Amino acid sequence: MPSSKSEVLQGTLDLLVLKTLDSMGPMHGFGIASRIQQVSEGLLQLNQGTLYPALLRLEQRGWIASKWSVSENNRKAKYYSLTRAGRKQLEEEAESWGRMSAMINRVLRTS
Amino acid sequence: MREFFHTLLRRLTAPFRRGRLEADLDEELRSHLEMAAEMNKRKGMSAEDARHEALRSFGGVEQTKELYRDQRGLPIIETTFQDLRFGLRMLRRTPGFSILAILCLTLGIGANTAVFSWVEGILFRPYPAVTHQERLLALAGTARGEAATGLSWPDFADLQRNCTLLDSFFVSKIMGTTLSIGDRAERTIGSIVSANYFDAIGVHPILGRGFEPGEDSGRNAHPVTVISYQLWHRRFKGDPQIIGKTQRLNGVLHTIVGVAPEGFYGTFVGWAMQFWVPTSMEEVFEAGGYKLDDRGARWIEAYVRLKPGVTAEQAQKEISSVAKRLEADYPATNRGRGIKLWPLWQTPFNNAGTLLPTLEIMLAMVVFVLLIACANVGNLLLVRSITRRREMTVRLAIGAGRGRLVKQLFTEGLILSALGAIGGIVVAHWCRHALVLLFPARAGVAMHLPGEIDWRVLALNAIVCLLATLLLGLVPAMHTSKIDLASALKADSAAVVGSRERAWARSGLVLVQVSLCFVLLVGAGLLMQSLQKIRASSPGFSTHGVLFTTIDLVSAGYDAERARDFQDELLYRVKALPGVESAAFARMTPLSYGSFSSTPIVVDGYQPPPEEQPIVQYNEVGPDYLATMGIALLSGREFTRADDESAALVAVVNETMVAQYWLGRNPIGQRVQVKGRWMQVVGVARDSKYESVRETPKPFFYVPRRQNFTIGAGLFIRTPLRAETVATALAREVHALDVNLAPYEMITLQEQVDRSTSPQLVAVTLVGVLGALALLLAVIGLYGVMSYAVSQSTRELGLRMALGAGASNLLRLVISRGLALMAGGALLGAAVALGLTGLLGNLLYNVSPHDPLAFGAAFAVMTIAALAACFLPAWRATRTDPARALRD
Repeated sequence: MPSSKSEVLQGTLDLLVLKTLDSMGPMHGFGIASRIQQVSEGLLQLNQGTLYPALLRLEQRGWIASKWSVSENNRKAKYYSLTRAGRKQLEEEAESWGRMSAMINRVLRTS
Repeated sequence: MREFFHTLLRRLTAPFRRGRLEADLDEELRSHLEMAAEMNKRKGMSAEDARHEALRSFGGVEQTKELYRDQRGLPIIETTFQDLRFGLRMLRRTPGFSILAILCLTLGIGANTAVFSWVEGILFRPYPAVTHQERLLALAGTARGEAATGLSWPDFADLQRNCTLLDSFFVSKIMGTTLSIGDRAERTIGSIVSANYFDAIGVHPILGRGFEPGEDSGRNAHPVTVISYQLWHRRFKGDPQIIGKTQRLNGVLHTIVGVAPEGFYGTFVGWAMQFWVPTSMEEVFEAGGYKLDDRGARWIEAYVRLKPGVTAEQAQKEISSVAKRLEADYPATNRGRGIKLWPLWQTPFNNAGTLLPTLEIMLAMVVFVLLIACANVGNLLLVRSITRRREMTVRLAIGAGRGRLVKQLFTEGLILSALGAIGGIVVAHWCRHALVLLFPARAGVAMHLPGEIDWRVLALNAIVCLLATLLLGLVPAMHTSKIDLASALKADSAAVVGSRERAWARSGLVLVQVSLCFVLLVGAGLLMQSLQKIRASSPGFSTHGVLFTTIDLVSAGYDAERARDFQDELLYRVKALPGVESAAFARMTPLSYGSFSSTPIVVDGYQPPPEEQPIVQYNEVGPDYLATMGIALLSGREFTRADDESAALVAVVNETMVAQYWLGRNPIGQRVQVKGRWMQVVGVARDSKYESVRETPKPFFYVPRRQNFTIGAGLFIRTPLRAETVATALAREVHALDVNLAPYEMITLQEQVDRSTSPQLVAVTLVGVLGALALLLAVIGLYGVMSYAVSQSTRELGLRMALGAGASNLLRLVISRGLALMAGGALLGAAVALGLTGLLGNLLYNVSPHDPLAFGAAFAVMTIAALAACFLPAWRATRTDPARALRD
């Protein structure tokens, strides 16, 4: 396994899902998984199955909502969409993520 | 925070939507895999490869589902549901065991809940209709630091004026009266209250009004009354126009100004009040004349309500300082007098005080009963844990955590005790009026001693239930955590006689049961003996063949002269009745609720030690009183008709008075000064009981009624006839003299003694019931252990038979084992009882707490019970087929 591929941290996965739904609009689970892998250009190693407990967790917290619908090729699928609370959460997390990575960068550069 | 509750709510409700959620999950994952496969196919894979690749990049489908389920619900709740379902299934599969266990627990927990509800309804919250009972305290006087007395109205008024820490002071003094409607006269009870009474307790009449300020003062100025809901319904048929109508109470017309709400029985633990009158009317109901201006007349029973946040100690301090000031300002009446607050459960002037010791003992006893019941059920569970050993072993072997198994066992215990607790509440509900049944009925007075099942009692019930669960789960759980997997799976352990250690545990439980039961039996025995001694002890007067009644002339408005004539004439007529041997009037009836007159005395030739002022009680009696009562005259004579107003003043003294003040010398012809008047002693009477059967002999004397006249008096009739017969004849004679009069209930003096000892009877009955309950439970426990031991040792028994032991040998073997267990428990119990029976305190009368008879009787009862419990198992042992026992 190439060392450049990294495991997804739980909190990170939440953030990725929220961001994906924010930029792409309502999507089904498979769509979200594909999109995350596509955007990360295959660098993220994601067991697609782990996405589902994460989706459930986000939904329980009220950050995303789900409803059954029909996909582009006429398949029944569960579509997830960002709620207002979810959007707020995304902003907060993105901001804290930014601060965090800036700090880590600074630490790495100075030492 | 909102997120947290959002999540919690969803997870909590998940188990109830399980079916639909599972289907959703399946559908979603299938659709994901199909879409992935489709995409792979579009990339050029074969159908087969596309599906495999989709599954591979998904990761484990089942694992995902498990993770998903854990996230969806709350695992701890789901396993609890599983345990509950499983536990219920186990209980249904062994209905005999379940019913027995639940029954034992129902009795155990029910006894606790019933006693809690009595304690709550009688001691802690006796007046459910009254607001803020928790701030209510009883108020009574003390003399030289002890002994509760009443308060005088002027003292009460000064308290009310000078205390700032109290919301309200109110008077509520019980009194009996004659209620007459038309030509019917009936006895009933009510309260004399201060005008603020209804406002102070927050009870609002449903019709009319309470009393108005000012209605409590002014001599006989406000003949108004509020009647009880029951009286309104019973006597006035719920008349909606009742307000403004009049009612004769003690012969005085009172205007009905209000009707109290349903469920309000006044503020006197034990009896249901039927009406209330303001203190201004005190003279009509209380003997002894007008007392509102008399600081020395202590007749008031009162309550206070603390201001919110004020403690009883602070209030007491303030009240004591006022009392100190009163002592200084009015030394003639108040020297040595204090005023004290009491918590409601220690109220000195109602039945709370008399029932307190009994209920305290009961509280201790029901804990014992609960422990015995738990030991029983623990034993049953232990037996079952042996039969379930394989189940537990297999579950352990296939990977169940021991913690999970223990949780399962506790859940089963919880189911049992929860069902027992529900049963217990039902039992307590049935028993809530049981206490009243134990008191002898008396005419005109409705007893009211309800159990109260409120949230506090329910909470205690739940705590007891959890406690029982812990006790129940503990035993089998200890065993489960000790299962040794390897050996348990290797041997078919069911064939091996239950391990030694387990047999010890079971015997230990029975030992505890027997010893607890023994303690209760000893307690019951001691109380029973006391009651017997009390009832058998001679009160010093005849209890049979003497009848007693009163005709209330005070209420009927007689003055002294008319009363004297009436009583003379009636006595003449009564003595002429066939079957009447003698009859006499006396002011006070022995062993009754009222109090005797008392007086400082001076005895010729007796020099009291300094600091001592002899005060002696006395009774004002008519001619032939001693003969009628059967009180023996030791020397001299008793009063005759000649001892009247114009004759020399005379007195008859009792033995103890002679011993104390004449130091045994013959007092006849000597003088004694009573209330400033010298009287000559003309006779010596034998000691008898005056206020209580349990009192020790005390100085007492009699004076002629004629020379010390009061209108109120009881009529005593010596006759071999039945009370009913004499009552009818008497009623006829009374009616002939005055159509407006009716005698009260007629009872024998034995009845009077029984009534005065009813608290003991109640204690004995309750303790006896609990003792019997404990015995029953212990017998069940012993039986269970013995029959199990026999069923487990068929091999040993068979061997013994094969070696020539006869049926009687085996019988003896099993029974002696059972008796050994019993004897061990009894010894242990005796040791505990020796330490505990002292707590019975003054419920015991002339019986040592270590009375050998009570211990012996308890031992005998336990032995008989043990024999009964062992007989069936022993008999079964003799039926062992040696051939089969050895082959199997």
